[in-house]
Amino acid sequence: MTRRHHVRFRVPANRKVRVGLAVFLLLVLVAAFGQLFVGHVLGQSANRLHAGGNLESPSGRHWLGTTSFGQDVFAQLVAGTRTSLLVGLIGGAIATALAVLLGVLSGYTTGRSGAALTAFVNIFLVIPGLPLLILVASYTRGRGGWLTVAVIIGLTSWAGGARAKRAQTLSLRNRDFVEAANYSGESRTRILLLEVIPHLAPVIASTFLFSVVGSIAAEAGLDFIGAGHASTVSWGTMLYWVQSQGALQSGAWWWFLPPGLCIALVGTAAGLINFGVDELADPRLRTRKPGSAAGRSRRSGGVTPEGAR
Amino acid sequence: MTATANDTYKAPDTAPPILEAVGLTRHIPMHGRRHGQVVRAVDGVDLALRRGQILALVGQSGSGKSTLARLLALGDRPTSGEIRFDGRPVNAERRRDRRRHYGHVQMIMQDPFASLNRLHRLRYILSRPLRNFGTPGAAELEARIIELLERVNLTPGREFIDKYPHELSGGQRQRAAVARALAADPSVLLGDEPVSMLDVSIRLDILNLLTELRDRDGLSMLYITHDIASARHVADEVVVMFSGHLVEGGPAEAVTQNAKHPYTQLLLAASPDPDRLLSGEAGTGTAAASLAAAAGGPDADDDPDSAAGSATGADGGTEAGCPFRARCPHAQAICAERMPEAADAGSGHWVRCWLHT
Ligand SMILES: Nc1ncnc2c1ncn2[C@@H]1O[C@H](COP(=O)(O)OP(=O)(O)OP(=O)(O)O)[C@@H](O)[C@H]1O
Ligand SMILES: [Mg+2]
Repeated sequence: MTRRHHVRFRVPANRKVRVGLAVFLLLVLVAAFGQLFVGHVLGQSANRLHAGGNLESPSGRHWLGTTSFGQDVFAQLVAGTRTSLLVGLIGGAIATALAVLLGVLSGYTTGRSGAALTAFVNIFLVIPGLPLLILVASYTRGRGGWLTVAVIIGLTSWAGGARAKRAQTLSLRNRDFVEAANYSGESRTRILLLEVIPHLAPVIASTFLFSVVGSIAAEAGLDFIGAGHASTVSWGTMLYWVQSQGALQSGAWWWFLPPGLCIALVGTAAGLINFGVDELADPRLRTRKPGSAAGRSRRSGGVTPEGAR
Repeated sequence: MTATANDTYKAPDTAPPILEAVGLTRHIPMHGRRHGQVVRAVDGVDLALRRGQILALVGQSGSGKSTLARLLALGDRPTSGEIRFDGRPVNAERRRDRRRHYGHVQMIMQDPFASLNRLHRLRYILSRPLRNFGTPGAAELEARIIELLERVNLTPGREFIDKYPHELSGGQRQRAAVARALAADPSVLLGDEPVSMLDVSIRLDILNLLTELRDRDGLSMLYITHDIASARHVADEVVVMFSGHLVEGGPAEAVTQNAKHPYTQLLLAASPDPDRLLSGEAGTGTAAASLAAAAGGPDADDDPDSAAGSATGADGGTEAGCPFRARCPHAQAICAERMPEAADAGSGHWVRCWLHT
């Protein structure tokens, strides 16, 4: 058996990437354990009405104050983080998987089936995503909760990513090393999986990052316009209530700022992590051997052969 | 200069052909503005590569050399014509048959920076043909890879086995590409300008490696080059290609010392002095200028077919006449009508030119 490459976790050298990953990790921890903390340590819950007075400003009891219904904003924010991140990750994963599958296959397959796949991608590309999303979401409204929303978002937002992957696959298909792999007796499937797709890793990672952010924003948008699931707590529904209760006018910054900042934070983190995705398809940027010093010193060198040509 | 085994060893000219092309033709359809037309990249080529010999295929850029090599390797399908291996026609329809052919005939590509996937270590790159064309066990595999690396002078093999392509020099990469070709245990290597991307100082090393493979292991080789002088240096036989056609061929000495075809004479006149062989310097003076003119002149770039030196025409039609006639100093009326059959110029040397019929 050929020895597997040493793909071990390594702290990225790039500071932007480190900051982005740290922020993302923090949000994931909040989503996973935040509700335990809020429930057991602070004794609050996202949905309890009149946990405090109406529109109380932040205090030791209500870290981020209360809403006009007297709900604890911090508890809502923590619960919303969980919903929004789950929608983002699931929607992003579905969109990315479809984009990779359809993009790579339509780029790699020749002849009639390739043309049919390309036509399918192109049709989805010209269907405007947001109206389609709103349309489908308003049909399923109330049923299935956030999971349905995530699936719908994933199913309606893959086309752009698929097109990018198709273009890359088309250019990779005619590269010399693909022809050489063919002469080496490799099957088409194996060439696709082990020669072509690894080169797409940075694009796939980018697509995933921005699909996650896109899904979170789409879900927030749906909730905000009232096309979502009103009884789930998410950053989007929080903003919906902020707007409908006139929190901006009453100056309740502790209510309207946190959900908006969280959305911005996820976007920023994704953008920062995206600075590191090129490392995924460049062995020069990975540690060469366990304990090798050369890998570290080479990492700073930027231009790839492809980039230089 | 290092003497190669060429001086001491020569397979008899009677050695049986191992890889043959018979009337091999590849017309590539054009797109866009010139839709409906075809590029006659390879046009009715008859070629015989003999067992244990190096056959040099010489011609200017765009004459169809790479297309011919790709056809012979089954990387591309011919429009018409036949390929024979060891006397039997090669069937390319089924993948199984193509794979069997890859086990006999392997290609070494021009650019070792592009032909090795930079995401894989040499261990992986070399293990794939070994597994696909043989079934070495896990324990044996590593030993075989090291053996291959050392066969192409990447020694000690143990140090190279876990390297990525970017950790190798250009010459070392091309050696790795040769090792990958050898891993399939072929009897024929097709080298498409295997040294042209390399620094002049290491070209000779790679060429010596190739001649060594012929002399020690009895491999046959098609050596594609622009440079007729280096062809003479390594090859047993030389064939000259112009615009999809073979115009002259025969034993290397005869073709280079006693060229009959005006195009071959032009190539020789423009090639560097044999004493500066492989030094990479372009030919000087008028010969180089006239070759440039033959290649379509300095403004050749805006006309694809003159730049490429290959013929284009309507789909299905046949190009009448000799493709070189427009640039030939000896063109006659008959040259526009048709191309002559190959005329024998003695001891295996042949030429397709109305001057010699
Ligand atoms: N895929 C293609 N589509 C259209 N034309 C092509 C294609 N491949 C090759 N050709 C044309 O076929 C002709 C022969 O090309 P080929 O690459 O075989 O030339 P070559 O002799 O190898 O040139 P070089 O010495 O520059 O490598 C050229 O005119 C080229 O433009
Ligand atoms: Mg070529």
